[in-house]
Amino acid sequence: MRPLTPVTPRARVALGLSFFIVFTALWAAVTFGGLVSKTFLADPLTMLKSGWTLLVEMGFAKDIGMTVWRVLGGFLIAAALALPLGVLMGTYKPVEAFFEPFVSFARYLPASAFIPLLILWAGIGEAQKLAVIFIGSFFQLTLMIAVAVGNTRRDLVEAAYTLGVSDRTLISRVLLPGAAPEIAEILRMVLGWAWTYVIVAELIGASSGIGHMITDSQALLATDQIIFGIIVIGLIGLVSDFAFKALNRSLFPWAQLDR
Amino acid sequence: MTSTSSILSIRGVSRSFGSPGGPQTVALQATDLDVAENDFVTILGPSGCGKSTLLRIVAGLDVPSSGEVLLDGAKVQGPGADRGMVFQSYTLFPWLTVLENVAFGLRERGLPKAQQQEIAQDFLAKVGLAKFAGHYPKQLSGGMQQRTALARALANGPRMLLMDEPFGALDHQTRELMQELLLGIWEREKKTVLFVTHDIDEAIFMGSRVVVMSARPGRIKSDLPSPFEHPRHYSVKTTAEFAALKRELTEQLRSEVQAAALS
Repeated sequence: MRPLTPVTPRARVALGLSFFIVFTALWAAVTFGGLVSKTFLADPLTMLKSGWTLLVEMGFAKDIGMTVWRVLGGFLIAAALALPLGVLMGTYKPVEAFFEPFVSFARYLPASAFIPLLILWAGIGEAQKLAVIFIGSFFQLTLMIAVAVGNTRRDLVEAAYTLGVSDRTLISRVLLPGAAPEIAEILRMVLGWAWTYVIVAELIGASSGIGHMITDSQALLATDQIIFGIIVIGLIGLVSDFAFKALNRSLFPWAQLDR
Repeated sequence: MTSTSSILSIRGVSRSFGSPGGPQTVALQATDLDVAENDFVTILGPSGCGKSTLLRIVAGLDVPSSGEVLLDGAKVQGPGADRGMVFQSYTLFPWLTVLENVAFGLRERGLPKAQQQEIAQDFLAKVGLAKFAGHYPKQLSGGMQQRTALARALANGPRMLLMDEPFGALDHQTRELMQELLLGIWEREKKTVLFVTHDIDEAIFMGSRVVVMSARPGRIKSDLPSPFEHPRHYSVKTTAEFAALKRELTEQLRSEVQAAALS
C-alpha cells in the first residue's frame, strides 16, 4: 500500500463489499453470541424475517413509496427554485449581495426545528412533509449553486467575450455549461441530505412512510423492524446515489477526463 | 506610420491601479501606437512592464485610466468579436469538442449549423488538427490546444488578432513550430496582428515591427522594423542581421530588466 496510489476497479468493488460483510458478521456475532440482548438489538436473520413480513403482510412497500415520493417532491421543488436563484446570484454580484447573507443564515436553521411550526401552518398532511424537505435543501442548494457558477474561470469568460458573446448569452453559453457538472454533483449531495430530513418529518405527525413505521415499531420495541427500515433507507440512498453518479458521468463525459 | 493608414490607434492610453483616492500604482504610462493594416507588431518587454495590460485594453477586457483606443476610427468600448484574442493560459471551453470550440463565435453569430462546421473544419485543417475535431480539449497537448485557440480566433473572422504570449507555456521546440505555423498563416491570410512576448527571438522572427517597452511603469522605448523578407524561413534566425538586431534588442531589454530588478 503506497500513499495516493489508485486501486483497480475490481479491487475497489471487492474491498467495498467486504466491509459490508465484516460489518454484518460483527453484528451477527454480537447478537447470536448473546453479547447484546434481543430487546436492544435484533439479529440479522430476525431482521430479514420481519422485513419480509412488513413487505408482504403489512404493506410496507406503500410506506417506502410514500417516503420516496416525499423526498423527490420536496427536493424537485427546492431544486426548481434554487437553480435559477443560485445561477442569478452566481452571475450578478448585486443579486448575490442582496440574498447571500439571508440564505447563509437560513441554511443553518435546522429543518427539523421547523416541524412544530409547519404542523401549525400546514397541518400533518403532505404539504408539511414537502416543506421540511424544501427548507432543508433549498438554502443549501441555492448557496452552493451560486458558488459553483461564481467560480467560473475568468479567462474562459474573457475568451467568450472576445468571441462575441454578449452579457445576455454569457449565462447560457459559458456559465451554465461550465458549472453544470458541479451543479449536478451538488444536486446529488443535497438529495442525500434530503433523505435524512424526510425521516425526521415522518417521525412526527405522519400516518405513513418509513419514518412512521419506525415510530410505530418503537412503541413495540421491535428493533428488527426499526433496523430493517433504516437499512431500506440506506439502500435506496445508495441506489439513487449510484444512479445519479452514472447519469452525471454520461451527461458530462468531458468533466471525467481529469479524474 | 500615419494614423490615416492605420487600423488600430492607441492614443495616450495609460493604466493605474489602486483604490480611488488611495495610492496609485502606474502600470502603463501614456502610450501612443498605431498599427497598419496587415502589420504584424510584436510588443517586447520585461515581465510586469504593462504590455499585457496594453493588449487587454485593446481587447476591451481592461479599461484605460486615460486615453482611448480606436479601431477603424471607432472608439473601443468593450470586448468584441472584431478583435480575436489568443491567451497565454489554455482557454478552450472544456465542455465543447475541438470543432465546437472553433465554431463558438460562429454559433454566437447565428450562422446555420452546416456552415459553422464547414468554416470550423476549414480552420482546423489550417492548424493541422482536422483529425482531432471530435476530441475534448483535455485530450490535447498544450501546443494542440493553442493551435485550436488560434483556429477559434481566426474562424471568427476578426478585424485583428491579439495574442498575449500565446506560446509562453509551451516547450521550446513546440514554440518554434507554433511560430512558423502562425507566420505561415499570417503570410497567407494577411491578418493584422498585435503580439505580446518577452522572448526576443520570437519578437524579431514573428514581427514586421518590434515595439520595445520599458520596465514598469511601462512606456514605449523603441519601435524598430524587423526587415526580414517573407515568406520567412526559420533559418533566418541564424543570419548575421538577425543576430545584430537581437544584440541591439538584448541591450535595450537588459537595461530595463536591471531597472525593474533594482526598483
